[in-house]
Amino acid sequence: MTDNLYMPYLMRIEKVTFEAPGVKTFMLKFINEEDQDKFTFRAGQFGEYSVFGVGESTFCIASSPTRKGYIECTFRQTGKVTNALSNCEEGSVVGFRGPYGNTFPVDEWKGKSLLFIAGGIALPPMRCVIWNALDMRENFKDVTIIYGARSVKDLVYKHELEDWRRRKDVKLITTVDPGGESPDWKGEIGFVPTIVEKAAPSSVNTIAIVCGPPVMIKYTFPVLAKLGFLNENIFTTLENRMKCGFGKCGRCNVGKVYVCKDGPVFTLAQLKELPDEY
Amino acid sequence: MNIDKHIIRKDSLEKLFDILRQNSKTIYAPVSRNSKVIFRKTDNFAEIAAGCIQTDISSKEIAFPRTERLLDYSRSADGISVKGFDSGDIPEIVLWGVRPCDTVGIGELSAIFNWDYKDGIYNNRLSKVTVLGFSCSKADEYCFCTSVGGNPGNTAGSDILFTRLGDNGDFLAEVLTEKGIAVFALATGFFEKAGEIKKEEFLAEVPVRFNLEVLSNNLEKFFESGQWVDLSLKCLGCGVCAYVCPACACFDIQDEAHGRKGSRFRCWDSCAFSLFTLHTSGHNPRDVQSQRWRQRIMHKFSYMPDRLSVYGCTGCGRCSRACPADMNILESLISIQEANV
Repeated sequence: MTDNLYMPYLMRIEKVTFEAPGVKTFMLKFINEEDQDKFTFRAGQFGEYSVFGVGESTFCIASSPTRKGYIECTFRQTGKVTNALSNCEEGSVVGFRGPYGNTFPVDEWKGKSLLFIAGGIALPPMRCVIWNALDMRENFKDVTIIYGARSVKDLVYKHELEDWRRRKDVKLITTVDPGGESPDWKGEIGFVPTIVEKAAPSSVNTIAIVCGPPVMIKYTFPVLAKLGFLNENIFTTLENRMKCGFGKCGRCNVGKVYVCKDGPVFTLAQLKELPDEY
Repeated sequence: MNIDKHIIRKDSLEKLFDILRQNSKTIYAPVSRNSKVIFRKTDNFAEIAAGCIQTDISSKEIAFPRTERLLDYSRSADGISVKGFDSGDIPEIVLWGVRPCDTVGIGELSAIFNWDYKDGIYNNRLSKVTVLGFSCSKADEYCFCTSVGGNPGNTAGSDILFTRLGDNGDFLAEVLTEKGIAVFALATGFFEKAGEIKKEEFLAEVPVRFNLEVLSNNLEKFFESGQWVDLSLKCLGCGVCAYVCPACACFDIQDEAHGRKGSRFRCWDSCAFSLFTLHTSGHNPRDVQSQRWRQRIMHKFSYMPDRLSVYGCTGCGRCSRACPADMNILESLISIQEANV
């Protein structure tokens, strides 16, 4: 089987967490212990998750590489495969191929402050890095997380948001779009770029990691530029349609850059070199 | 290794075919059926369409089938068992009568399937194939192998290359690889040592239509050009260009379930389809046909040379012959090469 790149690991769904309407997190454990022992990944990498008989779907690994023995993925029910996944119960077996792609250079960030900015369902690719950094917290200066969603119910990882809020070594700002607040909402109200501008985090010795819907990203980059962030210090992930995950099926490229192999993690400086095709 | 040159008489070619068959080789050769010439499994030398310029579909499916089973699964009360494709099931194949524009395509496909991750299924299939190439003594106005570094007698990718020496029907046989030697060894008696032969005199004339280097340099600056719209106006997005191409490797992965059992397949796909890059959200990075035609040309003539050091086109001209809207890739390539960028 070693020469069959398309053979997935068999994974048991250990735990299903309901995150938001249509959004679930699976905790997956390797059925074969040897697979578990050999498996390693780094923050930012992704995989192909499958329901046998339905197909494969691409998403990031949402858990941190510092947490051993399992991986997690968070997905929204939107297409054929994510609907089938969503119907899977705890104990069911699914397929997983990976890890693929490049990684956030977490080790290179040691000694710096980290600013995480996420919108909606794009917190999962960032959660991996957040926990990776928090599990080696002493290596970083300030850690700031700005997270927004359309409405209160659309915020994912609600329990973890509470954890981060309680921590003294994390500054968490949550926000919902105007009209998305609930009567007891205590966070900010406003679009993510506006809230970033208002919070005005320092760009001194700071890395910004930005993941979100295209419109949020588009309006957040100029705010970061105004705050003094260099393009080299702003990181994001691209998510193009993929089938293989390793540079052969031919659809995720943006110009000559393959999101599956050269990405999914890019700096804004790298994005500016790419043609407008993503 | 040194190329070993021999002569084989016309009637000995059939004997060679029979000997291969007697040695339990599965032979695929150009066979005409329903007015289409395609590489098919054959035991009958007489049915080989030897005179055709080329087959309607390239020979790539011998190593890269249009539908490839990747794994089988079956569910039971105890869970699920998954069995990967077993390379041991691949038969030894002799590919007979392949034109140089297809044998060159094998190298281009191999570059894709071995870029960093080695695709074992493809490599195992290819390792079981012996390629008996046949040079071209005829060409048509769609052929442009000489514009992309090839030629009608190109040995690249063949294990033995046969070149017909004029009308008397004798063939020059260039034994090029270990696999070629293995075939030669089965039928040594039919081969005679070749004297001085000017192979080029017996090859089709294929004029050079554009300058490849200028084309590649222009493409570096052509991405934003408004010309892509004009060049692709006729494109219907049917994808036939990719299906007939010897160097197109893009694929889809699909599951098929039958009750508690099923399989996962890799299937040919095409960058011409609107669904190819469509996100679940509805966003499509290549939303219109001109972006897809640009991808096809850029991939073959800019991205592949840049990333894999090979072009993704062999100049076979099949895409233009097959196009229902009469698109001709040569027209695009020539006009990009002539553009002032």
